[in-house]
Amino acid sequence: MSRPALSAVAPLPAPTGAEPLVEVRDVVKHFPVRRGVFFGREHGSVHAVDGVSLEILRGEALGLVGESGCGKSTLARLVTRLLEPTSGTIVYEGTDITTWSRRRLRPLRRDVQMIFQDPYSSLNPRRTVGAIIGEPLRIRHVGTKATRRRRVRELMERVGLNPEHYNRYPHEFSGGQRQRIGIARALITTPKLIVADEPVSALDVSIQAQILNLLKDLQSEFELTYLFIAHDLNVVRHVSDRVAVMYLGRIVELSPVDDLYAKPVHPYTEALLSAVPVPETKARERVRGRIVLGGDVPSPAAPPPGCRFHPRCRYATDVCRTVEPPLVPRREGHVAAFHHPLNVGAR
Amino acid sequence: MALLEIEDLRVHFNTRDGVVRAVDGVSLTLDRHETLGIVGESGSGKSVTALTVMGLTRLPNAVVEGRVLLDGVDLLALPLHELRRIRGSRVAMVFQDPMSSLHPLYKVGWQIVEAIRAHGDVPKDVARRRAVQALADVGIPSPAERMDSYPHELSGGMRQRAMIAMALVLDPDVLIADEPTTALDVTVQAQILDVIRRLQAERGAAVALITHDLGVVAETADQLAVMYAGRVVERGPLATVLDAPEHPYTWGLLQSIPRLEAGPQRLQPIAGTPPSLIHVPSGCSFHPRCPYAFALCPEIVPPLVLSQPGHDVACHLPPAKRQAIGRRLRSEDDASGGLAAG
Repeated sequence: MSRPALSAVAPLPAPTGAEPLVEVRDVVKHFPVRRGVFFGREHGSVHAVDGVSLEILRGEALGLVGESGCGKSTLARLVTRLLEPTSGTIVYEGTDITTWSRRRLRPLRRDVQMIFQDPYSSLNPRRTVGAIIGEPLRIRHVGTKATRRRRVRELMERVGLNPEHYNRYPHEFSGGQRQRIGIARALITTPKLIVADEPVSALDVSIQAQILNLLKDLQSEFELTYLFIAHDLNVVRHVSDRVAVMYLGRIVELSPVDDLYAKPVHPYTEALLSAVPVPETKARERVRGRIVLGGDVPSPAAPPPGCRFHPRCRYATDVCRTVEPPLVPRREGHVAAFHHPLNVGAR
Repeated sequence: MALLEIEDLRVHFNTRDGVVRAVDGVSLTLDRHETLGIVGESGSGKSVTALTVMGLTRLPNAVVEGRVLLDGVDLLALPLHELRRIRGSRVAMVFQDPMSSLHPLYKVGWQIVEAIRAHGDVPKDVARRRAVQALADVGIPSPAERMDSYPHELSGGMRQRAMIAMALVLDPDVLIADEPTTALDVTVQAQILDVIRRLQAERGAAVALITHDLGVVAETADQLAVMYAGRVVERGPLATVLDAPEHPYTWGLLQSIPRLEAGPQRLQPIAGTPPSLIHVPSGCSFHPRCPYAFALCPEIVPPLVLSQPGHDVACHLPPAKRQAIGRRLRSEDDASGGLAAG
């Protein structure tokens, strides 16, 4: 019970026996905080990701939810090794890639691609769409110019873009179309893992639905594995097989999607779910039963002692203020870090 | 007579690329104790409507037609110095991004005090007491200390509370909130919506809540107006519009939202993209994306007419047919678990 939380947590049980594509073990990423204009002295650090262990199983869509500042984007950049962790290990297809250099990682880059939130700033405005999508192939000298061009056109068609628009520039496209360009660019290297960081949150609802459907179709067609990051719980539910909930640099709960939404174990998950507005006439009644969290997310530079959620938790007791709860299995395939679990019968 | 009446409002902007028809014939009414939700996607004209009510579209390249009546006085016809007296004291606005609407170099308290003193000869210490009270009212802990904070020292949720405090400190009759929670996390959004609901219940102000999120509207508004390409396509009591929507665009919106309760079935997006406001489609501007469009739709703009008491719809489909389709879509939704207990 009082196992120090930073110690290793056994890799989380896989529900179907599927093998992991990526294993993340005890990963920590601290960013130094400096004061002073140029070479200020280090003034503590922001614990963006603070001991996270999880597995991304081959063929699944793992959702990652949490509020801004919880470390979900940092975790994504660690999984894709755009950042090097302060400690912990990242294993890709059985190989430890934690400390690989950029050069050594290069062949891996085609396997792991990202889709970004903002389709406006993630596309080079001075290059044609065809050049943007085909760039990864060009860099790797794959095929001839003509075959690359054909491949790009095929993919444009597949993601719902008009191949005739090959020579247009990003500004000539709407937000939804630009996101399709980003998706085509990610798919061109036939990746195994796609890390999508808030891929639909900048889009209008009617367009959001188009992109979500596209991502689901592509997943089965190209046998993709997704790490899907979003703050919108409705969206995450829609695409994910399993969902991990993050709070202040830690995973507080991870479970199969239906189980999590039906019976959350961690009070943070419970509060997060109850805060989601639903477009129903009974929304008003829901508001009355809502758990409104007091205060704000504490600064990740100085996380509270014990359970990080305790200052905002309505179930908090003395033990929560001193002992950090470990992430332990609560139900089959469902783990949560909490001293007073909900929805688990006994206790 | 309603407190605020918007009559056939048109706002067109002359730009290098052509005339942008941002608002194209919008009529809305808002009464005391009432919350009107205005929903629509980007470019639907909801924000420009709000800005025009505040007199913030008086620009050299803007052509504004129609009337905005506050207690019978047309705000569009008022000279600027008179409008300024009304702005803030009788009609106040909260914007989406509190960081860009608070001055970064002045303390939060100073900015609220200034708002109070701009509208009346109030002694500084009295104004300060009122500002502290306003911060306390929106649920800011230790408000007296927060008076001396700069905007960057507050979190996003606290900044938005400070904005609401500033908007409400002069007890306006109308509060316009333009996407007040869009930049915030869900748990903080829940807090802010709570504040808006509570203050409205206490003070009886009329609230216009502009959002793209039907969920936010569902838990806050009494009346609902759905906008598309500069026009209101459907409006009525919240329950009617959500439970028995009659406009194909509203159907599309409701169907394209992923829901917590629903299983992960396929979403039904609206085909195509929202139109450019420079080249608005002829007739009903939704017709290129509407699966039910017929010969009349590209020809004539459908007027917003009464379908049932209090429920107006701008669609050429016969009401009986619309209601039948609406019922069918609803029951399909039910069958697929879209309305399971929440």
